[in-house]
Amino acid sequence: MSIRTKEILIAGIILIISVIVYLGKVYDWFGSAQFSPTLSVIVIVIIFLALLYILIRTIQGKLIDRRTVFVFVGFAVVLPFFMSITQNIRISPEVQQVYNAMSTLQPGSKVLISFDYDPPSAPELQPMAESFITYCLSHDISVIIIGLWPQGPQQANLALEIALENEAVKAKNPQYGINYVNLGFQTGNEFVIQRMGTDFRSMFQTDYSGRHYDDIPLVKNIKNFSNIDYSFNLSAGYPGTQEWVQVAVDRYGLWMGAGNTAVQAPMMYTYLNAGQLEGLLGGMNGAAEFEKVCGITGKGTKYMLSQSFAHVVVIAFILIGNVAFFIGGRKKKLDV
Amino acid sequence: MEHVALWVGAFLTLGIISFLYKDNPWYKLSEAIFVGISAGYWFVVLFWDNIYGKFWVGVFPSDDSGNAPDYWLIVGAVFGILMLLRLISKIGWISRWPLAFIVGCTSGLYLINYFSSNMMRQVQGTIIPLLGTSFDLPVYDIIGNLVIVVGTFTGLIYFFFSKEHKGAFGGAAKIGIWVIMVTFGASFGYTVMSRMSLLIGRIDFLFGEWLGLIK
Amino acid sequence: MRREVPLMITGIVGIAFVLQYFIPHWPFSQLNTWFSDWFSIISAFAIWLGALNLMKISFQKITRKKSDWGYSVVIVLSFIVIAVIGFYEGESFREPGTNFSWLYEFVYTPLSATMFAILAFFVASASYRAFRARNLEATLLLVAAFFVMIGRVPIGDNITSFLPENYQLSQVASWIMTFPQTAGQRAIMIGIALGLVSTSLRIILGIERSHLGGGD
Repeated sequence: MSIRTKEILIAGIILIISVIVYLGKVYDWFGSAQFSPTLSVIVIVIIFLALLYILIRTIQGKLIDRRTVFVFVGFAVVLPFFMSITQNIRISPEVQQVYNAMSTLQPGSKVLISFDYDPPSAPELQPMAESFITYCLSHDISVIIIGLWPQGPQQANLALEIALENEAVKAKNPQYGINYVNLGFQTGNEFVIQRMGTDFRSMFQTDYSGRHYDDIPLVKNIKNFSNIDYSFNLSAGYPGTQEWVQVAVDRYGLWMGAGNTAVQAPMMYTYLNAGQLEGLLGGMNGAAEFEKVCGITGKGTKYMLSQSFAHVVVIAFILIGNVAFFIGGRKKKLDV
Repeated sequence: MEHVALWVGAFLTLGIISFLYKDNPWYKLSEAIFVGISAGYWFVVLFWDNIYGKFWVGVFPSDDSGNAPDYWLIVGAVFGILMLLRLISKIGWISRWPLAFIVGCTSGLYLINYFSSNMMRQVQGTIIPLLGTSFDLPVYDIIGNLVIVVGTFTGLIYFFFSKEHKGAFGGAAKIGIWVIMVTFGASFGYTVMSRMSLLIGRIDFLFGEWLGLIK
Repeated sequence: MRREVPLMITGIVGIAFVLQYFIPHWPFSQLNTWFSDWFSIISAFAIWLGALNLMKISFQKITRKKSDWGYSVVIVLSFIVIAVIGFYEGESFREPGTNFSWLYEFVYTPLSATMFAILAFFVASASYRAFRARNLEATLLLVAAFFVMIGRVPIGDNITSFLPENYQLSQVASWIMTFPQTAGQRAIMIGIALGLVSTSLRIILGIERSHLGGGD
């Protein structure tokens, strides 16, 4: 059998299995797949032994094929979804800083949230958005949503849907236009922020659904940033937190915290340290920590086990490569 | 329709993932769809949000909006059309005018913003009382403040290539590169975290939304 | 005139933006409004230029039957489909339930998210093959990456739970991010800002002309 035929055969088998599992989901043939704690431990031991085997092979000078590395990463990410292991998440100071800032807000305060990301960044930023809005609405803090990315307001609506299902939020019975509003997307990047600093209304003449600015009780008296009590920016790139800091914070004195993807979070520590940001949530661990401090169990917490396993696997491969490098170097010196 | 949607999403996701095995027609097809759809997506979004939403609605506002026509927006539209003339090689030189406008805008804006926020405020943030204003900082924070001051200073010295890195200057530059290496290591760690998070999101889609194995 | 007019435009616009920061009143406030609106419109046309250029190149590939021209057909068809649907659906093209939003949610989003997601695999593979502590600098990078990666996930504290709280891996990772990492980032940020300020000044004053391109 040629390699091409084998590949097509394997792809066909995977397709058939996928169809069966999908039909099982539709007709509820199977329950949820969950490993028992014992099975979870066995899986971890097997992965550990496999890594040990790779270490031995690498020391022997036989670097494994990169596709084997891919398989390990795949298992490290997939298997934890089925494991029943709880983790203790510790809150970092910058996440606590966001929570402390929000704790000082009185009922009736107005918080501006800027959704500057798109669905590819949602695994990191959406849990932050959901827990932030849930906290605000459950503590009588009004939420004004805008977006500098076209998909931002759509992500905001998804986060609002989740927040409005929370029992503590339901108890407050928040009303659109009074307790929260989605003003939608505005094109113009940092120019939008600049214009909002002097005249909010000129940038958002209607909300996401077309309702006029002056007909929305929550925002009709908001002239500029001085009417905003706290701002939170969810950012995945440009325009994002850096532009908000440069224009809104440094020029107009807006009090602001931020949630960033892990790629750009390290750069934001400079702003945090200089006092330009009041708190920072970085990446998925930031989202999980914020969920914990708010007392919510969301996707950030759910994904952390996979994140832990993935990090351990990457570190294991780095260490394996370096151990082999050092031992290989020493062997060469001894031979000489 | 939901079934079709899930299978289309899964087909395209797995098509991209198949590249991990090797380059293949399934991946190339998914990639071509991605290129076409991305270009088309931004083509449509920018038309409705910018060209129609800003220009057309600004120049021809509806009666119930209460806004007067802003004919100055026509200048922007003219510049925009000049930009498109780049496609015609004989008169493509005219696209330099709108390009010059864009470059002028960003230069003027960034000059002030970066000078203020990324330079002056950062220098201000580095001039800190090492022992705290009341000399009451814990040792952990004192060492940290020292690291920030020394690290920032030596990092900047490293980037100063107009003087040879010799002697005391070279020693300071050496410390600077060590600090920068720690920065890059931390950035690498966070980058790994970010990529893994995106992968976790996709796995949640495949095994959760598509196959229903994750509840 | 082919170079002088663009240089003048750059200079006038750049100076106007610098001045409006210090004098946010008329006429600079009005100039700010005009220029920012024109910027939005022109940048839309710039993206249009890119998209139309892509179509031009794809058509050339199809007509000249270059290798893999079939995929260029797919590119063109995908573009036309989403463009036609997007224009046909009008201003509310983005509303949930429209065909455009269906294409966005189930075609564009999976593709773009997965493109970024597979980088996770390559990061792991590249780390295994190439990330070596060959010298002090590389070792520092590796050690910092190790502490940050393991300290930023709960498993780090599980491993070092026997240590006092302040010495556990999450605290070490926090210290690295708050102090040495911030110092290095700040040095880089100030360096970039200095370079950007000097380049912007050169562009506004017409000393730097590379953005105009070569030739006439």
